[in-house]
Amino acid sequence: MTLPPRRTFADREEVLGAVMLGPALAYVILLVGVPFVFAILLSFSNATAGSLSFGWAGLGNYVAILGDPIFLRALRNSVVVTVGSQVLVVILATAAAQVFRATFRGKRFARFVLLLPWAVPVSLAAIAWTWIFDSTFSVINWTLKATGLLHGWLYWLGDPVLALLAIIIVQAWRIFPFATVIVLAGLSSIPQEIVEAAIVDGAGFWRRLFRVELPLLLPVVAVAVLFGVVYTATDLGVVYILTGGGPANTTHGTCYPLWRSSAASWAPT
Amino acid sequence: MAGIEIRSLRKHFGDLHAVDGVDLSIRDGEFLVLLGSSGSGKTTLLRMIAGLERPTSGEIHIGDQRVDGDVPPRARGIAMVFQSYALYPHRTVFQNIAFPLEASRTPRKQIEEKVRWAAEMFSITRYLDRYPRQLSGGERQRVALCRALVRDPKVFLLDEPLANLDAKLRNTARDDLKRFQRQIQTTTVYVTHDQVEAMGLGDRIVVMEHGKVRQVGTPQEVYEDPVDTFVATFVGQPPMNLLDAGDPSLPPHTLTGFRPEHFLPKGVFGSGEDLRAFRFAVRRVEYLGSDRYVYGSVAGSGAPDATIIAKLPATIALVIPEGETHDFAVPRRALRYFDATTGLRRTA
Repeated sequence: MTLPPRRTFADREEVLGAVMLGPALAYVILLVGVPFVFAILLSFSNATAGSLSFGWAGLGNYVAILGDPIFLRALRNSVVVTVGSQVLVVILATAAAQVFRATFRGKRFARFVLLLPWAVPVSLAAIAWTWIFDSTFSVINWTLKATGLLHGWLYWLGDPVLALLAIIIVQAWRIFPFATVIVLAGLSSIPQEIVEAAIVDGAGFWRRLFRVELPLLLPVVAVAVLFGVVYTATDLGVVYILTGGGPANTTHGTCYPLWRSSAASWAPT
Repeated sequence: MAGIEIRSLRKHFGDLHAVDGVDLSIRDGEFLVLLGSSGSGKTTLLRMIAGLERPTSGEIHIGDQRVDGDVPPRARGIAMVFQSYALYPHRTVFQNIAFPLEASRTPRKQIEEKVRWAAEMFSITRYLDRYPRQLSGGERQRVALCRALVRDPKVFLLDEPLANLDAKLRNTARDDLKRFQRQIQTTTVYVTHDQVEAMGLGDRIVVMEHGKVRQVGTPQEVYEDPVDTFVATFVGQPPMNLLDAGDPSLPPHTLTGFRPEHFLPKGVFGSGEDLRAFRFAVRRVEYLGSDRYVYGSVAGSGAPDATIIAKLPATIALVIPEGETHDFAVPRRALRYFDATTGLRRTA
């Protein structure tokens, strides 16, 4: 007589589940949860990066930073740049996805080229863009001049408004290829029959786009925008290399002054 | 309202000739069924009428308008129902039905009236505020029909609209569909691979294979007088029996065909009937409630192993033991003859 096979470890779902979830849970608690709570606690203390002595400071830190005009400006800039670039991203990505949905010669190559901005290291790209926006050599200015669209001269990185616009352009340029890929995936998940039904129902291109495709794409576009917002709002490199926060501290995002003050607080006093 | 004229229509996808020279005349108000297996070109033909596919060559006329070139679907006066129904998932039933009216810039008040009228017609008024995902398959199908109906199309194009329904629902849906079409009398082209649907719905059936039309006729003509062996075996379930009966009175290479329901024990025929008798070696009997299918082979035929099927109605209570040979017969008027090489019908 043979014994029934013994219940092994893998048969016991309650144990197996706990074991498999364990590492993920530990990761989230130790590397996300604890630092997050700790960061909030620290914000009410007078601790610095050099000394972790915990002295209660109440809302002092908040009062200080909200009273700092550079930080307020940086906060505003972060919002402007994030919203502005993401609006551009959504428009560009939707348009590009429409183009890449069609079949044409060299599509694979074109798609590869499209994805490049996303793959290029931020620092290198930003350096290239500083030349594009350069006060003397700006390709944009020379092109506009040559086509007769520009009569004066644009000091891209020297004017607070233009400098912010430049940052928006670079951020949009950097994020939109990724968004295009996401939107393209979303478009291909819309059943062909629904698009054809809209065609037969008499909807033209724009009606199909705004009444059928975009509403169906909304969840996917939301994901693309979420990624874009995180990338843009937390970015340091583009601002640092392109403007260094200038002219006159007008183009900082929130990250840059925070990074600088934390770096400064490391300095031996 | 309008008829449809199709002349030498072709659609090639590379080397594949999906539709390979089709001529067809669809009468005003007719319910025409395109019947064929998958890959027969029936759907491609429908999509060319709709304007979703551009013909490689040939002509399509809807009414007195020639539409095969650049006439877009919306200008053809057609409405189409897709197999998946293709309802807009983010719109309510009302908004789904209203969509084609919005696209044609119909005034809001008129949209409201028309949607309600159509919804009434298919008794889905109480679902108007629901979303497609909250509806059953049958309800979705009726919404799709409503959406097609509100456009007042000259032609209805239906692409297997019942294929996604369960078998029970399909009978009633078929009846609803036919009654609805009789009522509005709009020319309808209906694509299906289901011959029961085709027989039950069509004023005429177009049997298609490999992009070509094999036969056009009423359900009765297609069933009783198939033009070739393809139609004979494609239409009818179980298919027509075909055998080389080795009959010396027939020209050589002639196939004899007869429907399983005409192949019955010799004893059940009256004495006045002109019969063709066969010795039927019965292998197996299948009891199906209303019928019995008897499987076996016919001795003395060209292919003695070929399976021949007899379909006995439940009214014939005769016991038919398996593994024995019985005297069966077919009335001569039910025999059909085909050329063994070309498959074409012979008068013989």
